[in-house]
Amino acid sequence: MNPILSVENLGYAYPTLKPDQPPEWVLRGVNLTVEEGEFLSIMGPTGVGKTTLCLALNGIVPHLTGGVIRGRVLADGLDTRATPVAELARRVGVVFQDPETQIFNPSVEAEVAFGLENLGIPRAEMRQRIDHALAQVGMQAFAASSPAHLSGGQKQRVAIAAILAMRPRVLVLDEPTANLDPAGKAEVLQAVAELRRSSGATVVFVSHESDFIAEFSDRVVVLNEGTVALQGSPAEVFARADELQAIGLQLPQVCEVARKLNRLQAAHFSFHRIDQARAALRSALQGED
Amino acid sequence: MPAASLQTRDLTFSYLPGSPVLRGINLEIEAGTFTAVIGQNGSGKTTLMKHFNGLLRPQSGQVLVDGEDISRQPVSALARRVGYVFQNPDHQIFSASTREEIAFGLRNLGLNEDEVQARTGQTLEEFRLLPFAGRQPATLSFGLRRKVSIAAVFAMQPGLLILDEPTSGLDWKSTRELLDLLHARNRQGTTILFITHDLRLVADAIPRCLAMSAGQVTAHGATREVLANPAANGALKNGLPPVHQLAASLKDRGFPEDVFTVDDFSTAYHAAAAGSKPGGAA
Repeated sequence: MNPILSVENLGYAYPTLKPDQPPEWVLRGVNLTVEEGEFLSIMGPTGVGKTTLCLALNGIVPHLTGGVIRGRVLADGLDTRATPVAELARRVGVVFQDPETQIFNPSVEAEVAFGLENLGIPRAEMRQRIDHALAQVGMQAFAASSPAHLSGGQKQRVAIAAILAMRPRVLVLDEPTANLDPAGKAEVLQAVAELRRSSGATVVFVSHESDFIAEFSDRVVVLNEGTVALQGSPAEVFARADELQAIGLQLPQVCEVARKLNRLQAAHFSFHRIDQARAALRSALQGED
Repeated sequence: MPAASLQTRDLTFSYLPGSPVLRGINLEIEAGTFTAVIGQNGSGKTTLMKHFNGLLRPQSGQVLVDGEDISRQPVSALARRVGYVFQNPDHQIFSASTREEIAFGLRNLGLNEDEVQARTGQTLEEFRLLPFAGRQPATLSFGLRRKVSIAAVFAMQPGLLILDEPTSGLDWKSTRELLDLLHARNRQGTTILFITHDLRLVADAIPRCLAMSAGQVTAHGATREVLANPAANGALKNGLPPVHQLAASLKDRGFPEDVFTVDDFSTAYHAAAAGSKPGGAA
């Protein structure tokens, strides 16, 4: 089966300030694929090119940014360098960190309609798509509200709905919870988890939220210094605790529990999700439920 | 830098008539303490902090720094005693180079140029910013701009240091480095108030905690006690660290309710394991 996204030896440098300056490579040979129905999480320290990679997935890099690109990105089989951004937007939808920079319409409904109008979707179908997308993120009750009166978590869910309504084949979320308080973060993560459960959407989730990533991902990719440092299932990636910490990333807290107990109590725990941890600890404490 | 203490008496404030943002805050922050300020967005955290450096003035009630009412003190005089790191570094940074950004505040303090240069150099080194000393801050990454904005306030050596969500947008390693710097400064006596949403960080690294909800202080004290205090629930909603949830699901195996860190969990596990051994204490 062909992957929906295929990033092949991707290198990228933003335009330099002076023409004679050598390019500073932000991405240095990234290889990864995203399969249909997969939830792929991307982690990495600040400044390693995570956002640049997201922008390369929908062609904003290099179409709107310029700069130098090497290798290629295939989105739904199309080479992003040879495909207009508008065409790619139907296939790869990106939601950014700060919903404030993305939301600008007078009502929630108008915000979600905006992208659809640009796609030339007929009115009747628009109505149906808007309702469905708002329901997917639990925001249907706010259709007529002004985005200005929404909380951060609600705004971010509207931003996600606006992308979902365009029915892209892949939803890319670039640090969608970074600017939110705990309640807002929980709302957005719950909406993403629900989306995953109910529609089997293909999701690329870029985040520092290691606890959530451990719970929900099919696969984890760790970027460092412009290239893929580690990738595999959450169990495989989070087992490499020393490497992750050397890169500067936080482990899921239940992995830290396993490490601590293994060190202090000479145990042999290996878990990265709360349900696994609960089962393993119960069994170790000789509880038979 | 003598540590500064802080008190408020019946402090109220509203941006719009009829919708109070602070509703009668009575608070005592002792000199030399390190306190996390937690609460959902809109609970009044930033509004309260802005009263401590004079950016906002009480509509009723009082703010006292070292026992002295600051209502008539100009912001410039307060700046010597109270350092404020804004949530958005770009609201603070304006100099042509990182070195200048740090030196600027020191010159404003009226220090002689030798002292300005010495402190600037020391701060650049402390924050590992020497490689970026000549760079225009606007061309640095967000994480580095954040560091510059903190360093510039650090250099002024205020007795009270207020940081508004200083770790948002920082990765784990940079967060740990910042906490190390803050702890070192706190050991030298600086009083620190640290607004954050990261309760895992609070539980692991910040000794005291102030919880706010709807314009009021709902709990204040040792972090462990605040996190366990039902009155703080508004601030804690959805934010308690995963070990807390894990321990709660093992309550029937004897895990206590006040598990907030990996160390807490390890201790609780050890006790539960000892209790579950045949012949062990029940």
